[in-house]
Amino acid sequence: MNGGRRRPETPEGAGEAAGGALPVAPAAPAALDGVARLDTDALLDDPATRIVVCCGSGGVGKTTTAAALGVRAAERGRRVVVLTIDPARRLAQSLGIASLDNVPRRVEGITAAAPDGSGDASGTDNGAEESAGSPGTADGRGPGELHAMMLDMKRTFDEIVEAHADPERARAILANPFYQSLSAGFAGTQEYMAMEKLGQLRARDEWDLIIVDTPPSRSALDFLDAPKRLGSFLDGTFIKVLMTPAKVGGRAGMKFLNASMSMMTGTLSKLVGGQLLRDVQTFVAAMDTMFGGFRTRADATYRLLQAPGTAFLVVAAPEQDALREAAYFVERLAAERMPLAGLVLNRVHGSGADRISAERALAAAEELEAGLPDGPDDGPATGGAESAGPSPTSAAASGAAAAEHRSVEHRPVEHSSMDRTADQLAAGLLRLHAERMRTLDRERRTRDRFTALHPEVAVTEVPAFPGDVHDLAGLRAIGEQLADRADQPAAA
Amino acid sequence: MSRLHVVSGKGGTGKTTVAAALALALADQGRRTLLVEVEGRQGIAQLFGTEALPYEERKIAVGPGGGEVFALAVDAERALLDYLQMFYKLGGAGRALKKLGAIDFATTIAPGLRDVLLTGKVCEAVRRQGRDGRPVYDHVVMDAPPTGRITRFLNVNDEVAGLARVGPVHHQAQAVMRVLKSPETAVHLVTLLEEMPVQETVDGVAELRAASLPVGGIFVNMVRPPLLDEDDVRRAADGERQAVTRAFSRAGLGGARRGGPAERLVGPLLDQAREHVVRVRLEQAQRREIAGLGLPAPELEFLDEGADIAGLYRLAKDIRKQGVPGVAG
Repeated sequence: MNGGRRRPETPEGAGEAAGGALPVAPAAPAALDGVARLDTDALLDDPATRIVVCCGSGGVGKTTTAAALGVRAAERGRRVVVLTIDPARRLAQSLGIASLDNVPRRVEGITAAAPDGSGDASGTDNGAEESAGSPGTADGRGPGELHAMMLDMKRTFDEIVEAHADPERARAILANPFYQSLSAGFAGTQEYMAMEKLGQLRARDEWDLIIVDTPPSRSALDFLDAPKRLGSFLDGTFIKVLMTPAKVGGRAGMKFLNASMSMMTGTLSKLVGGQLLRDVQTFVAAMDTMFGGFRTRADATYRLLQAPGTAFLVVAAPEQDALREAAYFVERLAAERMPLAGLVLNRVHGSGADRISAERALAAAEELEAGLPDGPDDGPATGGAESAGPSPTSAAASGAAAAEHRSVEHRPVEHSSMDRTADQLAAGLLRLHAERMRTLDRERRTRDRFTALHPEVAVTEVPAFPGDVHDLAGLRAIGEQLADRADQPAAA
Repeated sequence: MSRLHVVSGKGGTGKTTVAAALALALADQGRRTLLVEVEGRQGIAQLFGTEALPYEERKIAVGPGGGEVFALAVDAERALLDYLQMFYKLGGAGRALKKLGAIDFATTIAPGLRDVLLTGKVCEAVRRQGRDGRPVYDHVVMDAPPTGRITRFLNVNDEVAGLARVGPVHHQAQAVMRVLKSPETAVHLVTLLEEMPVQETVDGVAELRAASLPVGGIFVNMVRPPLLDEDDVRRAADGERQAVTRAFSRAGLGGARRGGPAERLVGPLLDQAREHVVRVRLEQAQRREIAGLGLPAPELEFLDEGADIAGLYRLAKDIRKQGVPGVAG
């Protein structure tokens, strides 16, 4: 793929790709009045930004947002890796990571936003707006790169074991049935492993920007809790119980404790059978030496998330559930002292005719469908004459000739049926518009509820595209919407 | 006939709404259904506009002809303590386990156990009988984890039965699996007529079938009727553009002259119509994909006013009219 045209003038450029990703350019959503705007370009261009975490509930376009940000950041000169958790197949294919191999792969087709070498004529027309955001980011560094990977949690877990245990012990762990179940992805493992992978990527220091998609957890911030949970587990007595052979011994002061522990293991053994308990015990024993490492790294990753180089983006769609989750995220992040950059609101509808309300459009549609008497103010005569003229063929010259060829008795019939069709068409257009306006109103109300609750959160909106995005061009278009450089006021 | 209805679907498809509507639809003619939430999000309470559900079964709605819907939000920790108490009379030991962090371990660190508890609790409700020997609930509807996790979630008992080869946990896991794999259970997937959810649905059905879990039907949610087709748009854009303009004008939307309000309306409305046509075309392709699964696929209307109680009743009626997959008559 060679990105010849760098910045398709959004509407026409996107519209061109008929049958492709974005057959129709959606109307821009109405301006966000009185809400701080999230400047994603400034965020991506800032060399101090090293990690961007996209979180949000399921089905809001989190993965697409992460991928689009990756494409944009890379094309603006950064060396980016996008860590996706569970991308839709075609999106993964578009990034060339259809095979799940747990290793970042370079994405082909990334074209530097600033041309190589000099930043003259073409460079300025292209970079005019960018340089306003953060001067000189794209120039100094040469073209960016995009790498992408899909998390394989079992592989990640295996790798940790292999890296931190001697070969014999590693073999014992990997063969342990309890370990196999745990690592193959009981819910929850994904969160630990996403955190682990993030820590690994950061430690390699090969990329100057890591963009992370987060797992679609039941409670979407499970990944934040992962290190803490691990910690509380490791601090707990339970792990000691598990590792206590079921016999009493040791010093007198420990006697009671040990007795209760052995009763506990006895109970557990009764519940789950001796074999599983032994599996768990050998697993815990084998992992014991690694737990310290686990915990240190989990804590380090947690601190990394709080560090100034990290930015959280909460992703949502303008729907009640998604924004409720988003509000929860915002509150949780604040409580955890995690740096929130802003809210990305995906799939926002706009209309080029939002001065006509849903009610007005519906009323007009109903009138037309009920069969209006010929026009009240346009006058029946003029209306009829005009439509007999240019309207059927729209070619001006042939209009009159065509009218002349019609037989006299034919003419009114054909004319009136044409007219009715036009009315029906108009009514259909109006009904569609009413539907659109209702969506728009609903979205706006939902969004306003959020912004009223959290006025401090900067917001950027991405319009709803009729189809799914699954190629670089589509991701690029989304990236432009995310950047939202066209700061035109409510005019459109 | 299926008595346990497991409702899954990709995030954002309205899985909880459909589960609630299904519970309502099944609660007619004096029947009693239980709607169970297992993900701790209190989605049911929000939907029905009630306070957060406690860990107990309580009535939240009535159906036609004296039907009743009960709801329960299962909490894994409480379920574990219950379970210990119920089966092993381990109340005290349960508390001790909790103190030791064992409950945390069971419900978070070893999350497979958590899924065992959740599915176990639901199956208990399915099998529970009243004094008269009849089931307490005619139907149990579970608002289950999303499609990407559903097969593993339901199959967790197989895995646990394999890990714990003897003992009560083994037997319990096997008993749960017997219910889940029987015709008593139907797993329904909720989708929208959009590419990603449909793709995930197709993959989900394949996974469920491979795991011999009984697939019930596909609920196609948020369906809107097509208003205009490609031909209409082409005609409105070309041949009859002026007639359409005049129609707008006659309907009171301003003067039809060039540059007048009615004329300026045509462009933006045509843009919307083109988007609509694209969407309808994509939707038809998705319908074909769904039809290829050979499963009943009731369609549920888009709720303009959002999913509130009135909307739920409308969806329930939709479902009753089209028939609940896996329930004859």
